[in-house]
Amino acid sequence: MTATTPTTDLAVQATGVGKVFPTKAGDVAALTEVELEVKAGEFVSLIGPSGCGKSTLLRLIADLDQASSGELTIFGKPARRARIDQDYGIAFQQAGLLPWRTVAANIGLPLELHKVGKAERDARVAELAELVGLTDFVDRYPDQLSGGMQQRVAIARSLAARPKLLLMDEPFGALDEMTREYLQGELTRIAAETGAAVVFVTHSIPEAVFLSDRVVVMSPRPGRITDVIETGLGEVRDEALRESPAYFEKVTAVREALHGTKVERANER
Amino acid sequence: MSAALPSWLRVVSPIAVGLLIVVAWTLYVQFGDAPRALPSPIAIGQEFVLRWGIIWDDMLVTGTNAAIGLTVGAVLAVILAGLAAAWRPVDGMLAPLVAALAVIPIVAITPILNTMFGASSQFGRAAVATIAAFIPVFVNVLRGLRQTRPVHRDVMRASAATSAQTFRMLTLPTAVPYLMTGLRVAGSLAVIAALVAEYFGGPSDGIGTSIATYAKSGRAALAWAYVGGGILIGLVFFLVTALLERLVTRHAPA
Repeated sequence: MTATTPTTDLAVQATGVGKVFPTKAGDVAALTEVELEVKAGEFVSLIGPSGCGKSTLLRLIADLDQASSGELTIFGKPARRARIDQDYGIAFQQAGLLPWRTVAANIGLPLELHKVGKAERDARVAELAELVGLTDFVDRYPDQLSGGMQQRVAIARSLAARPKLLLMDEPFGALDEMTREYLQGELTRIAAETGAAVVFVTHSIPEAVFLSDRVVVMSPRPGRITDVIETGLGEVRDEALRESPAYFEKVTAVREALHGTKVERANER
Repeated sequence: MSAALPSWLRVVSPIAVGLLIVVAWTLYVQFGDAPRALPSPIAIGQEFVLRWGIIWDDMLVTGTNAAIGLTVGAVLAVILAGLAAAWRPVDGMLAPLVAALAVIPIVAITPILNTMFGASSQFGRAAVATIAAFIPVFVNVLRGLRQTRPVHRDVMRASAATSAQTFRMLTLPTAVPYLMTGLRVAGSLAVIAALVAEYFGGPSDGIGTSIATYAKSGRAALAWAYVGGGILIGLVFFLVTALLERLVTRHAPA
């Protein structure tokens, strides 16, 4: 089966993708004419106000919802095939850990679902716990962890099947600013170590700029892509970057793209 | 919000209130004009100790009926709730029946069941306890099977879990705390049902039968001692089911 799948260096390719939700008051277009390519290993953020369809687009890529029109391929396969083949890992705003399972059992869940042997699973879980810095907590239960730690477990779980694509729907949205910045740094390190492409949904401009190679700006009614901004900030994403002029410049660029006008310089720090 | 009581006070205060009631009761029987059916707690205590042998035998009869009712009722309820959760049509068929079952006072059908299965059979009593236990377990489990959170369903789907895996690893564990709540409620109901059923015929054993017999024959202290036996059964059922609930729901989300 896997031998016949076409190889491609595009993690995600969307052509003319649209999504319509039928409601009592008539059809609502959540997404129209989305053209998006995410290269293997690339970090792409989707940003925009509520209702711009950024989460919807992510759910289409994940095959949690189906596109109404257009074509969507993940590593050259239809989204459904990619989901079944475990080509992507996913993390949500809510960690979504199973409360009756330990941290280790939560991280290993995708492996257990795919009948990976116990020895191999244990080894992989230990490796992932190390990667997200939770080695000392593998026997704890989710209710014994802080929000940030729960989210790290969720990220470890999304990496369990060694996916080449990570889908993240505001994974740090419910965390405090300090934890958030710390996990952003961790995520860039993890993404670099695993070489996975990332599609990251956020409504935070600094977060999008800090993490991404490209920031995709979206707009509502109907949900669509209005701009794509290359950050060009290079490989190293550390705390110094947060203070650099290049970073502020890109934050401004994304903000202007979001507002559709030039932003007063006085708004800047 | 008032400040929480210190833990020792939370244990001591109900005991103190209980003792106070016993003392008031004793004084009332001793010095007031208490009815003959209300003997002093001391007399009841003496009867309880003296007749413990026969009280224990009758406790076993009633307790066994209640335990059979709880087990059979709970198993039936879990199976049927599982079917109802899986197939909408089953739900549509069962929901009105369960609602009808829930509004019948079980005591109303007890004489019929007792007559149906004969004066020497415990079956009627166990059946009444079964019906009583079935309803809360069914209602709670059915609800529990529908409590899976969207984010958990997304995680399972994104991990390409089969529907059998999703049921076993997500739907079922989500429903377990609800099952435990149902069991706790059903435990008390099964004891009450098994005991009350004895007032409406059947074999001449069991706690309820004895309470009725001794109350009518003027041995009030022994009747009250049997009431104590009934309370003990209820307590055992409550403690066992409550402990089970605690063990199982340790890591459930608040």
